[in-house]
Amino acid sequence: MGNLEILIQAPIFSVQLLIDGLLVGSIFALAAYGMALLWGVMNIINISQGDYVILGGYVTLTLYNAGIHPLFGVPVAAVVLFFVGWAIYRVVIFRVVDRDLFISILATFGISILLQQLMDQIFGADIQSAESGLGTLFLFDDRVTVGQIKLVALAVVIVVSVSLVLFFKRSRMGQAIRATAQNARAARLMGINTDRVYAMTFAMNAAICGAAGALVVMTWVIQPFIGLAYTIRSFMIVVVAGLGNIAGVVAAALGLGAAEQFAAFLLGAEFQIGFVFGLLVVILLVRNMNLKRQRRVLK
Amino acid sequence: MYRYLKSAFVALPSAALAMSLFGTAQAKVEGDTIVLGAALSFTGKYKTNGKHTKNGYELAVKRVNEMGGVKVGGKNYELKVVYYDDESTPARGAQLVERLIKQDGIQFMLGPYSSGLTKAMAPVTEKYKIPMVEGNGASRSLFNKGYKYLFAVLSTSEQYLAEAINLAAEQAKAAGKDPGTLKLALAVENDPFSQDIRAGVLDDAKKHGMKVVIDDKLPKELNDMTVTLTKVKALKPDVLVVSGHSKGAATAVRQMMEQKVEVPMFAITHCEAADVVGKFGPGADYTLCATQWAETMTYEDDYFGSASDYAKLFEKEYGYVPPYQAAESTASVLVWVDALQRASSFDTAKLRDALSATDMRTFYGNVKFDETGKNIAKPMVLRQIQGGQYKVVAPTKWASDKLVHPRPKWSER
Repeated sequence: MGNLEILIQAPIFSVQLLIDGLLVGSIFALAAYGMALLWGVMNIINISQGDYVILGGYVTLTLYNAGIHPLFGVPVAAVVLFFVGWAIYRVVIFRVVDRDLFISILATFGISILLQQLMDQIFGADIQSAESGLGTLFLFDDRVTVGQIKLVALAVVIVVSVSLVLFFKRSRMGQAIRATAQNARAARLMGINTDRVYAMTFAMNAAICGAAGALVVMTWVIQPFIGLAYTIRSFMIVVVAGLGNIAGVVAAALGLGAAEQFAAFLLGAEFQIGFVFGLLVVILLVRNMNLKRQRRVLK
Repeated sequence: MYRYLKSAFVALPSAALAMSLFGTAQAKVEGDTIVLGAALSFTGKYKTNGKHTKNGYELAVKRVNEMGGVKVGGKNYELKVVYYDDESTPARGAQLVERLIKQDGIQFMLGPYSSGLTKAMAPVTEKYKIPMVEGNGASRSLFNKGYKYLFAVLSTSEQYLAEAINLAAEQAKAAGKDPGTLKLALAVENDPFSQDIRAGVLDDAKKHGMKVVIDDKLPKELNDMTVTLTKVKALKPDVLVVSGHSKGAATAVRQMMEQKVEVPMFAITHCEAADVVGKFGPGADYTLCATQWAETMTYEDDYFGSASDYAKLFEKEYGYVPPYQAAESTASVLVWVDALQRASSFDTAKLRDALSATDMRTFYGNVKFDETGKNIAKPMVLRQIQGGQYKVVAPTKWASDKLVHPRPKWSER
């Protein structure tokens, strides 16, 4: 617990941990939101989620290597991934939408392997990164540092979340997606082309992941085979936050991000991910107890 | 009719038996060609290094054949290597080695890329008593299982960064300080290979009485080190050691730069594989990088000349500067050539004894195996990045340049 003393004696370091945690969490929030969308609307748990993130990273990297500033990768990767997502829906996903959850897990797992191997063939297995050249902010005597790219990530997350909320409230397509999520059969009877809604949802998810990937390649590093870490993280955030709740997803992502930074500082980096999983178990247990209590009241 | 059938029944299996015996005898030495076998990663996550390994083997084969081949029992033989793709998966690797031995009759094995795959293949070669010379499996756990047929030309993993600790102690003494006052920070990935490195560092730190203030084990999935570096800022260690394959190297160098972390000595592995100079330019300066071999070293042999001659030849052939993974692969083939010539026989038992008695110089370094099969004649090398160039700074005997110590502060660069 020597590390706790550091935080007590020099509380400035906990500011660093908090800021880092929130900013890291904001990148995960994007991928997690896409996952919640798919799960809520189509009842699909997308194992290939992280691979779209990495693919978005490679799109950005391609731009970067061609001499274009990687920040343009955020919109470009989103657009490219939108079409990739659309194509994957048309080829594979539409066959598994109404099936058992297990079938969709298998199908997306297959897509994940395929994407990984394709990226490996095209871009190589080496780790890569793109430099945004944005530099770092130094606060409090250089003791707190904030990578400006992480601030950009936070801004992107805010912009994307707000525009998604508006999209779902205002646009016809957004309303159609919400209607389909509530009751696909009824929506179909009301004349909504649910097949188109599903394609749109899947493509939108891929686009969101693509934007996240652009941020990942500028903040950290990418490699064809590390997508699964992002899938698992998104899954966890969605489990904590629940489906169809954008504010909840963002809050859960930021909260988990901060929690894991503190855990890693106090317990050591080897517990960083273990702690988050432990927290997940606790949250599920508490929630289950609450539900039981409600059920008893209902009786 | 019945008689013919009967004779056919007798003849067929015996012919098959004869063919299989003959086939095996044929395959290990086909006419004037000695056939070696290797399962390498041509696809999957190790494919880049799988390619380096293959190029290393092929360059050695080409050079040895050009120079008259291998002389065994008064006759000159050419070399050839049969390859399979292990898809970077250990289970596949073990299958393929079995196939190389049983179907293709290979009696002389070359190693795969990575400790994990070597670990999967060694039990198989051991079972069939087929010697394997490898240059890309460094894990300590390969050499404490009592394997008799495994020989490694490279320095084992616990030596990778131990040299940095000794260097820090040397520097402290030179500055009139007690090495026991030094504070050490470790951030090492939580996989067997990197943990071997950690064990080696801790052993040497203990020897000098250094205090370990941070000892983080980075999870495999992690690609962010900000927390560990925040701790470094808080505790101000004298030496920071990071190892986590290419991902760890790139992440550490990048975030050190982004967070302006000041530490007098910063040593990592996998600089070249992560291309930290190409990616981060001046931000990578003054980083210490562990390497098995460098082309600026003064080793020599009859096949390739000096280390830099080897590098030139390799670059001419394949269009890139040889990473140490290629050099140690080439050295593995040279060890085979030396053993075959000394044993002057194709008998695997005699060859095993010849291999274990190896004591030779190569462009890659000296090779002499201890009873566990690891090379004890070649030290690890530390290079410091200075102005975007890798300069050998330790061990002092092979150093071409002086260490810049402590690292200049970020504000003074």
